[in-house]
Amino acid sequence: MSVSSPVQEHAAIAGVAALEVTGLSAGYRQTAALQDVSFSVPRGSLLAVVGPNGAGKSTLFKVILGLLTPWKGSVHVLGRPVRDARRLVAYMPQVELVDWSFPVTVFDVVMMGSYSHLGLFRRPGKAEREAARRALETVRLADMAERQIGELSGGQQRRALLARALTSDPQVLLLDEPMTGLDATAQHDMIRLFHQLTSEGRTIIAATHDLSCVAAEFKLALLLNRRVVAFGPPRETMTQAMLNETFQRHMLWVNVDGRIFIVHG
Amino acid sequence: MGDTLAFLFNPLLEPLAFPFMQRGLLAVALVGVVCAVIGTFVVMKGLAFVGDALAHCAFTGAATAFLLGGNVYLGAATTGVLSAVAITWVGRSARVSLDTAIGIIFAGVFALGLLIMSRVRNYTVDLFAFVFGNVLGVGPDDLIAIAVMVVVVLLFVLLLYKELLFTAYDPTMAAASGVPVVLLQYLLMVVLGLTTIVTLRSVGVVMAVAMLVTPAATASLLVHRFHHIMLVAVAVALVCTVTGLYLSFYLAVASGAAIVLVTTLAFLLALAFSPRRGLLTRGRPGAA
Repeated sequence: MSVSSPVQEHAAIAGVAALEVTGLSAGYRQTAALQDVSFSVPRGSLLAVVGPNGAGKSTLFKVILGLLTPWKGSVHVLGRPVRDARRLVAYMPQVELVDWSFPVTVFDVVMMGSYSHLGLFRRPGKAEREAARRALETVRLADMAERQIGELSGGQQRRALLARALTSDPQVLLLDEPMTGLDATAQHDMIRLFHQLTSEGRTIIAATHDLSCVAAEFKLALLLNRRVVAFGPPRETMTQAMLNETFQRHMLWVNVDGRIFIVHG
Repeated sequence: MGDTLAFLFNPLLEPLAFPFMQRGLLAVALVGVVCAVIGTFVVMKGLAFVGDALAHCAFTGAATAFLLGGNVYLGAATTGVLSAVAITWVGRSARVSLDTAIGIIFAGVFALGLLIMSRVRNYTVDLFAFVFGNVLGVGPDDLIAIAVMVVVVLLFVLLLYKELLFTAYDPTMAAASGVPVVLLQYLLMVVLGLTTIVTLRSVGVVMAVAMLVTPAATASLLVHRFHHIMLVAVAVALVCTVTGLYLSFYLAVASGAAIVLVTTLAFLLALAFSPRRGLLTRGRPGAA
């Protein structure tokens, strides 16, 4: 295996898409969750994946993470097939799926992000602790490092999970409902953090139900309901007709002074 | 001076003149350590029912071995470990919750044990000791078995600590990070099964679960990081098992029951006086 410097690596991946999905079909047993899905995400994008429950959002994430083998089609991360790209991708789960009463500190949780690099039996050392500290500083949670995770607020919980995802220095971040349930200030902080990360060349792909936030803040939107309903900038894709088709019901779509508000009808 | 020391230490040293007490103390201390370590995972994952179920499943193996004239503990280990694997497998593949899987396997295997027992006409000391525990009957062979188990469990937890912690805390993320979550879950259950079986010898089927759960639960009231809980649980287990055995010696009561009662008392004390969550200390000025 050849060792390339970060500079060479970045030069090599500068031209390729962060995520290239071509003709992807995937599912569980006999049930298809995704059918013939294709789209291409440029590096540094802020992409929202939008769709009703059961639309295939988590299936898509599982395929990108290499946890589910596609039936058909291909998925490439920065030009590499998924099985060679595990270290380039990190995942942040839904806050509701994490056990916040578990007896660990914020730092313990963030350290877990480095385990995929370490492999079995090896203990985390100085480099890993340093990476965890940097990640905590990025999400502005360094002063909370020694706290129990149960003491965190909703916004801090999400930032802690984001820091864990950042510890492995990923190029592509998959975030599951990173904004749901946050108040306006916390949501604004989160979006600012996203912009900072994408400006570093990282690509953020977030599954979210907060459609108004997508319309206002995201650069790209993927409207998904087993197949791709629309893909492109929110201004072009988050339209009344496309949203109705995606969610299979009437969505309330309001444009107030150029700001779009979308409510489930 | 010498008399004072003798007065203080004789009650502690006297019982050690008996080889069965030496072996018994060593056995309960080792069992306490191994149960506290595995018990921390059991308590933090809410698997207490699993320990109970495995102890009962082990009983079936013991009864079978007894009827066939084989080694009772080998029989117990076989059904204990097989049941542990079966519970994990049913829980994973039958799309039922782990609780339900435990209920199904546990009831099925235990019923088989009772069926076999009903064919045994005269219970001997062996099987009686298995149900109620008899730490003072621990022989050199039992001690070796327990010591091997301690080494296996401690190595398992030390070498795979970060993976076990990650899997216990967040199995989905652990799997996404390349941790062999399924294998670890099976291994943890097998180790839990083996732990339960060495515990049976000292406290018996019914009270094995207390050794597994109570020290870790006590520790979780006092400290709040996973490895701290594990270390405090070990300390609690050591103190309680040794105290319990001395009490049973002087009061001439059943050793397993004495050990479990002392451990329960430790839990109640922690519940009352825990610095952060104590029923009596909570909300008082000065209580941090």
